[in-house]
Amino acid sequence: MSEKSIPRLVQGNEAIALGAIHAGCRFYGGYPITPSTEIAEEMSRLLPHIGGSYVQMEDEISSIAAVIGASLTGQKSMTATSGPGFSLMQENLGYAAMAEIPLVLVNVQRGGPSTGLPTDPAQGDMMQARWGTHGEHSIIALVPSTVAECFTLTVEAFNLSERYRTPVIILSDALIGHMRENIRLDQLLKAKVIERPQPWMSPEDYRPFASTERTVVPLAPIGTEYRYRVTGLVHDMSGSPKTGDKRTIEDTGRRLRSKIYDYREEITRVEMTAMDDAEVAIFAYGSVARSAYEAVMWARERGHKVGMVRPITIWPFPTLQMREVADQVHSIVVPEMNIKQIAWETRAAIEGRANVVSMNRIDGTLIAPGEIISSLRDVLRAKGGAA
Amino acid sequence: MAKLKDLTHKEDTLGSGHRLCPGCGASIIVNQLGRMSEAPMVVGCATGCLEVATTIYPYTAWNVPFIHSAFENSAATVSGMEAAYEALKSKGKIPADDKRNFVAFGGDGGTYDIGFQSLSGAMERGHNMTYVCYDNGAYMNTGMQRSSATPYGAATSTTPIGTHATAGKEEYRKDLTAVMAAHNIPYVAQASLSNWKDLMRKAEKAFTTPGPAFLNILSPCPRGWRTEPGDSIELSRLAVSTCYWPIFEVDNGEWKVNHRPKNKVPVTEFLKPQGRFKHLFAKGNEKVLAHVQEKIDHDWDQLLWKADFSKDRTAE
Ligand SMILES: Cc1ncc(C[n+]2csc(CCOP(=O)(O)OP(=O)(O)O)c2C)c(N)n1
Repeated sequence: MSEKSIPRLVQGNEAIALGAIHAGCRFYGGYPITPSTEIAEEMSRLLPHIGGSYVQMEDEISSIAAVIGASLTGQKSMTATSGPGFSLMQENLGYAAMAEIPLVLVNVQRGGPSTGLPTDPAQGDMMQARWGTHGEHSIIALVPSTVAECFTLTVEAFNLSERYRTPVIILSDALIGHMRENIRLDQLLKAKVIERPQPWMSPEDYRPFASTERTVVPLAPIGTEYRYRVTGLVHDMSGSPKTGDKRTIEDTGRRLRSKIYDYREEITRVEMTAMDDAEVAIFAYGSVARSAYEAVMWARERGHKVGMVRPITIWPFPTLQMREVADQVHSIVVPEMNIKQIAWETRAAIEGRANVVSMNRIDGTLIAPGEIISSLRDVLRAKGGAA
Repeated sequence: MAKLKDLTHKEDTLGSGHRLCPGCGASIIVNQLGRMSEAPMVVGCATGCLEVATTIYPYTAWNVPFIHSAFENSAATVSGMEAAYEALKSKGKIPADDKRNFVAFGGDGGTYDIGFQSLSGAMERGHNMTYVCYDNGAYMNTGMQRSSATPYGAATSTTPIGTHATAGKEEYRKDLTAVMAAHNIPYVAQASLSNWKDLMRKAEKAFTTPGPAFLNILSPCPRGWRTEPGDSIELSRLAVSTCYWPIFEVDNGEWKVNHRPKNKVPVTEFLKPQGRFKHLFAKGNEKVLAHVQEKIDHDWDQLLWKADFSKDRTAE
C-alpha cells in the first residue's frame, strides 16, 4: 500500500474545499456563516499556496458577486454559505444564470427560515435552490451524502458549471458538513476535471449568448480580443440589452431553460440500491439517505422487497428515473428534513403511477433509521404483508 | 451627570446568567450604557456574540424590550420602530410626553461590514436613535474571521499565518468612527471601557441628543485576541494610551480628542499580550511592527489636526 492510500479522517466541509482545489478552483469569495465556515477557512489557508486567491467579502451579496467577476476572467470560482447567506445570494444567483457565468455555490443547509437553527441540519432549501431567484431559469443542484461525495460532487459541480455555463449549487447540510469520515484521497484525486473550453470561432464571429448544438458558446476570459458585454438585462447573442424585442425575450428565456432541461438525462444521476425486485422504494437524499440505507438493510433482512433511490442530482429533478421506479413499485417513501418539498416534486413527476408517502422532521434532528422503518412498516402492512 | 452611587442602584440591562465569556467587553458595555438611559430602552441587536449568548432558549438576559434582527440590519429595524413610534405619537395614540430610548447594537462584522449600508441609511435619515458598535475586531461568534475592523497584522481564521501570509491581515482597519462623522449627524464618539467616566458621559450625550448618534466602543475579546479574561480592561487602557484606539467625539461637526496621552506608549505594549499578534514578534517581522507604529502615529497626528482645526474654527 502506498503511503498516499492511507485513509484520512476528513470533515465534509474540508472535503468540499479539497474537491474544489482539485477541480481547479482558484478564487473563493468568502463570508463566514455556520455551518459552512470551515470551507472558507480551509480555502483561505490553501489557496495562497497554489497561486489562487481567497478574498473575504463584506457580505454574501458581495461574495457571490465577486465570484461572478472572478469567473468572467477565466478562473474557476466558488463560494459557500448557509441559510441567511443563501437568501442574500439569490439575486446574483439569477444574474449568473442570466449572464451564463459558471460558478459553484455551496449551501450547507441549517434550519430556517431566517437565523433559524444555526448549528442544526435541515433540508429546507431544496425548493429555494430551484426557485429562489426570480424569473424563469434552470439550475443544477447536487446533494452529497458522504464526506467522499463532498469531494467528488464538488469536482462534478465545477465540471457541470463549465460544461453548461451555469451556476451549480451543492446542497449539503450541517450534518454532512461537520461529520468526519475516512476518505482515500489518492482514489478521489482520480476524479476527472473538465477545463473551461475556449472559443473556436474568431473574435469577430464571437457571440457568447448564441445557441449552438452543444448548448453553450464557450466563455472567453473577459478583457481579451473576444470583446463582449455582460448584463443581467435580457440581451441578444452578443450581450447587448434587448428588452424591446419580444422574440429575443422569449428566446432568451426558453434557451436558459432548455440548455439544461434538454440535457437532463446527461446531467441527472440517481443511485439505486436493492431496487431490482423492489416493491417499495425509499427516495432519500443528503444526510437522511444514510438513515434510509439502514432502513433498507433492516427490511431486506426480513425479506421485504424494499429498495432505495438516492438522487445525487436533485435539480434538474430525476423525473424520468422516478417514473420508471414508480412503474415498478407500489409505494415511494420520501423522508426529508423539511415539509414535503421533494415529496411534492416526486408526486408531480410520477403523475399517480405510485403512492407517495412523505415523512418529515423539521426540529433540527436527523431522521433516524427507526422512524423510516416504522413508516415502512405502515406501508407494508397497508399492502397486507406482515411487517 | 448622575452620581456613581445612584448609578449602582440602577437595574442592569443584562441580567446575570448570560453566557458571554469572562472578560468579554460586550456585556460590560451594555450594562454601563444602560445605566445612562433615563428613558426606557428599546433594543435592537444584530446577530453576533452579544445576541447569541444573551438569548439562549428558553432564557433571555435582557431586562428591556429586545429584537434580534437579521445580521445585516439592526439599524434599519430600529429605524422602523422609531419612525412608527413617532407617527403614533403625532397621531396622539402615544402620549406626547412619552420618552423611549431606541438603541441598536452590533458587533464590528454586523456594523463595519454587512450592516454598514443599513447603519449608513439610518443615520442619514436622521432617526432619533443611537447605534452602538462593540468592536472586538473580528467575526467572533463564527470563530474569529477577519472583518474590516480587524487590525493590520492580526492573525484570524481567514488571515492565517502561513508560509505565504506571515503578517496576518494585510489591510488596515476601516476608520468607521470617521466615516460616521462624515454622515454629518449630531453626535459621533469613540470610547473605551478603561475610561469609564468618558464612556458614561458619551452614552448620556448620545441618548439625549435629538436625532441619530453613533458610538464605537472597543470590546476586548479574550477568546479571539488570545488574552487572559482578567486583562480586558488593562488592554482597553493600553489601546488608548498607545493611541491605537484614541477616544474622541465629533459633536455637531466639532472634533474633540478626549484624552491626549502625555507620553504615547509604544504600540508593542498593546500588541504583545495578545496571541493574535504573536507572530509579529518573531524574527523577520520587525518591519511589520515598525509599520504598525508608523500608521498609528500618522492616524493620531491626523486626528489631532482635525481637533485643532475644529478648535481654531470655533474660536474664530
Ligand atoms: C446573512 C448572515 N450572514 C452570516 C451570518 C453568520 N454570522 C452570525 S454571527 C456572525 C459573526 C458576527 O460577528 P460580529 O458582528 O463581529 O459580532 P461578534 O460575533 O464578534 O460579537 C456571523 C458571520 C448570519 N447570521 N447571517
